[in-house]
Amino acid sequence: MVLIRDLLVQVVQMALVVALAPLLTGFVRKAKARLLRRRGASVIQPYRDLSRLLRKEAVVAENVSWLFRMAPYLIFAATWVAAAVIPTFATGLIFSWTVDLIAIIGLLGSARFFLALAGMDVGTSFGGIGSSREMLIATLAEPAMLLIIFAVALIAGSTQLSTIAAFMTSPQVGLRVSLAVALIAIIMVAIAENARIPIDNPATHLELTMVHEAMVLEYSGRHLAMIELAAMLKLLLYLSMIVCIFVPWNIKGPEAGYPAYLVGFASYVVKLAVGGAMLALFETATAKMRVFRVPQFLGAALMLGLLATLLRFVSRSL
Amino acid sequence: MQGPVYFDIAHMLAGGLVLVSMMMLYQDRLYALLNVFALHSLLLTLSVAWQAFIQGAPHLYVTAAIALVFKVVVIPVALHHMIRKLGIHREIETVVGIGLTMLAGIGLVALSIVVMLRVTPEADPLTREDLAFALSVLLLGLLIMVTRRNAVSQVVGFMSLENGLVLAATGAKGMPLVVEISVAFSILIAFIVIGVFLFRIRERFDTVDVGALDDVRGRRRK
Amino acid sequence: MNASSLFTFDAVAAILAIPVVAATLLALMPGYKVTARVNVAASLLTLVAALCLFVTERPEPGRYLLVDDLNIVFIVLNTFVGFTTSLFSASYIAHELETGRLTPANLRFYHAMYQIMMFGMNLAFVSNNIGLMWVAVELATLTTVLMVGIYRTHEALEAAWKYFILGSVGIAFALFGTILVYLAAQPVVGEGYDAMVWTLLVERVADFDPALLNVAFIFLLLGYGTKVGLAPLHAWLPDAHAEGPTPISAVLSGLLLNVALYAVLRFKILLAASPEAISPGPLMMTMGLASLIFAAFMLYRRRDIKRMFAYSSIEHMGIIVFAFGLGGPLANFAGLLHMVMHSLTKSAIFFAVGHISQIKGTQRLSAIRGLTETHPVLGWGLVIGVAAIAGLPPMGVFMSEFLLVSSTFARQPLLAVPLVFGLLVAFGALLLRLTGVAFGQPRGSRKPADASYLPMYSHLVLVLIAGIYLPPPLVAWFQHIANLLR
Repeated sequence: MVLIRDLLVQVVQMALVVALAPLLTGFVRKAKARLLRRRGASVIQPYRDLSRLLRKEAVVAENVSWLFRMAPYLIFAATWVAAAVIPTFATGLIFSWTVDLIAIIGLLGSARFFLALAGMDVGTSFGGIGSSREMLIATLAEPAMLLIIFAVALIAGSTQLSTIAAFMTSPQVGLRVSLAVALIAIIMVAIAENARIPIDNPATHLELTMVHEAMVLEYSGRHLAMIELAAMLKLLLYLSMIVCIFVPWNIKGPEAGYPAYLVGFASYVVKLAVGGAMLALFETATAKMRVFRVPQFLGAALMLGLLATLLRFVSRSL
Repeated sequence: MQGPVYFDIAHMLAGGLVLVSMMMLYQDRLYALLNVFALHSLLLTLSVAWQAFIQGAPHLYVTAAIALVFKVVVIPVALHHMIRKLGIHREIETVVGIGLTMLAGIGLVALSIVVMLRVTPEADPLTREDLAFALSVLLLGLLIMVTRRNAVSQVVGFMSLENGLVLAATGAKGMPLVVEISVAFSILIAFIVIGVFLFRIRERFDTVDVGALDDVRGRRRK
Repeated sequence: MNASSLFTFDAVAAILAIPVVAATLLALMPGYKVTARVNVAASLLTLVAALCLFVTERPEPGRYLLVDDLNIVFIVLNTFVGFTTSLFSASYIAHELETGRLTPANLRFYHAMYQIMMFGMNLAFVSNNIGLMWVAVELATLTTVLMVGIYRTHEALEAAWKYFILGSVGIAFALFGTILVYLAAQPVVGEGYDAMVWTLLVERVADFDPALLNVAFIFLLLGYGTKVGLAPLHAWLPDAHAEGPTPISAVLSGLLLNVALYAVLRFKILLAASPEAISPGPLMMTMGLASLIFAAFMLYRRRDIKRMFAYSSIEHMGIIVFAFGLGGPLANFAGLLHMVMHSLTKSAIFFAVGHISQIKGTQRLSAIRGLTETHPVLGWGLVIGVAAIAGLPPMGVFMSEFLLVSSTFARQPLLAVPLVFGLLVAFGALLLRLTGVAFGQPRGSRKPADASYLPMYSHLVLVLIAGIYLPPPLVAWFQHIANLLR
């Protein structure tokens, strides 16, 4: 019975993330539009886009290798697995015991690896630029992320998200500066990783400064749908991760009953909505920075990660 | 008054100061730097007020009030005004890159934590961490002064350094009022000095870039 | 309270009150002739008050103020040089006003600041509270910053700014060190004012946490050391000396450096009294030697006469700090004597240099030649002064340097090598420069000097007397202090 329940939770989780990801993106777009006093597209517009793309024929350049065709599925799969193991409404995910935070970063890293390869595979200049910029961002964002994980893991005593979430709700956490610093740093990394303003503009593929959009410029049809969905999933993933580490309230443990799961689910949706709204607000209020400034921005995130690790040693346990 | 929550809040506020100091290292525009400095001082105010509350030392409220009035409001506003008047709201030139500066900053924070925690094993935790943070803020302020060439940002660096000193002074329990007043007093004097300086520098150079001063010297020595 | 104790209290109060009252008066008074005289009169009164400290009974060390054997030396030296400098300043400033480098408004400010600076320095000497001492040292520093920048030229502003920036580093470190000392004292002495009273600290220091004291001393040494002008932190000193008005250069070299040194010494005594803390000696010796050797080499490449003597001040401060770092009755005695001799000689040199550069209209060494021919009184004064500061017998500086070197040879022969090396290098540099300036082919303006020679020669005569004959009571007194310093 326990196994079945856990499996069920896991399956629900997997379905949930895929189902919610386009909604989140749509919600953020809507919120941004409203903040700009536009009416904006409906929140379910991303679903429509995806289904349209899936129905369309995939046009593939003649000189591309098998990698170009394979990459979207690999990217989607890696991102989906990563997103599926982050506790959203319940901690007792059956897969989560095999995949910790570092593995999640690894999964995302491999997704990025394939994306960059695919970008270069076409041989157009935009793809190359996008890939090289993506790798530039990655070389800075990943160490920063690892440092943040390091800081969090040092405090919680584990890299398992479930354990961290449980620890964060316990009274022994208290208010800690290093956690606050880590939160700021993780937000910076998340912004960079998800190609949001001020690092990249998700709403355009017409700029010379684009990063993510430059790599996927050659994709169409179901391939593009996969990549878009993976990008949406990644946004959801980062938001869930932040929520799971820093505001893990109402994420139910494995013994909780189904009604409790419902409560957990409801609060998860609320948290996502709040997070999405804050993202929209932030993006509306900031201007995109020059590409040359990006290393500084991420460098700062890296430093904050380091600072978080350092400050961990100054705490109540003195 | 001792309790985990009291400690936590003091810890957050003092640690926040270190964080904001790091933010100041990151800023490369004068206005932004001033705003972050105001935030820095606001955190200091809260921190001092909280210490006053925990220690039951009402005279510390005076220090907090001084910090609030002068460093959160008067000085940033005055410097804003000055920058506008001088027309220098362009980017700050940093001597070394921001990344390197921040790395050095982290090094300094690590150093101060190591030094301060090691020499104060018997003091109470709040004092210990206050001292560690205070030294970090102090050294970061120094770093700002060293890496910036613009006179206004050097002044801001100096004042953030002073904030670190105030934090240290309030962290030391029962430190007599003399010192707090003197700190506030010296800030005041320092500010007058600085004001005079800025005016004179502007008078002579039409810029507050200290680098321009170096150029003058270079020309003379040739 | 009997009559005599009332009177002694007055002596300390007078040292502090006279400058404050004078500063207020000077700030309000127009007319530079009168203000210069008031300045001199106030300085003289302060000197008299300081001398009263000898004859009257000393007050009990209180929470704020303290008079003991150590600081009387400093106070008397301070007020004496302060008085002679005010005499020199009166004639110097008159000339500056004529040439239009300063305006009457500048002067009013200058004189008021002069007295505030004297107040700050005196307060630093008599304070028994380490917090108060810090405030006083800062006050004195800030006023000198303002005075260094008084000419408002590019160079003066640069010098003042540099001085201010480096000084503020010193401010920060010294205060942090002071806070740490308080923290070390607080568990033993108790919270509040008592934990900052120096006399109480010295009594109880054995129970303090030694690790905390160590760190505190490092901060204090760096902080006050910046103001002493010790080697890695000296960068402000040559500029400040070269660009400010010469009376201020004289006061900086002769007095302000001593104030910072005094602060270092107070904390050195504190640390030396704690058996478990690091001994402050090696640190001070290292910094002292580094300053000495560094400054000695820097002396060769100077082109500005005031800048050169500023480096000489760094050199001598290095010697003094080294002497106090070495410790022991003989070295401390030498250090104390050297400090007094240096203050007197260096300010005398600056008096001469001030008049010379006014006559020549420049401070460039290459433009100043053959002074003994054109201006014999000034020129020979400078010769005697430089000979004294270079350590030639029979001047007092020779005495103290000889004592120090022999003491070093006896106790740390290895350290004596760099010490003697540094002294010789500096000696060579100074004589090299002196020959050109004093005996070369005359160059530049020959107009007669409108100078007051009294301050310069009174200093030089004192230095000469000290070189030939030290009165036994003075020796006994200095020996007593040397023992106090450990």
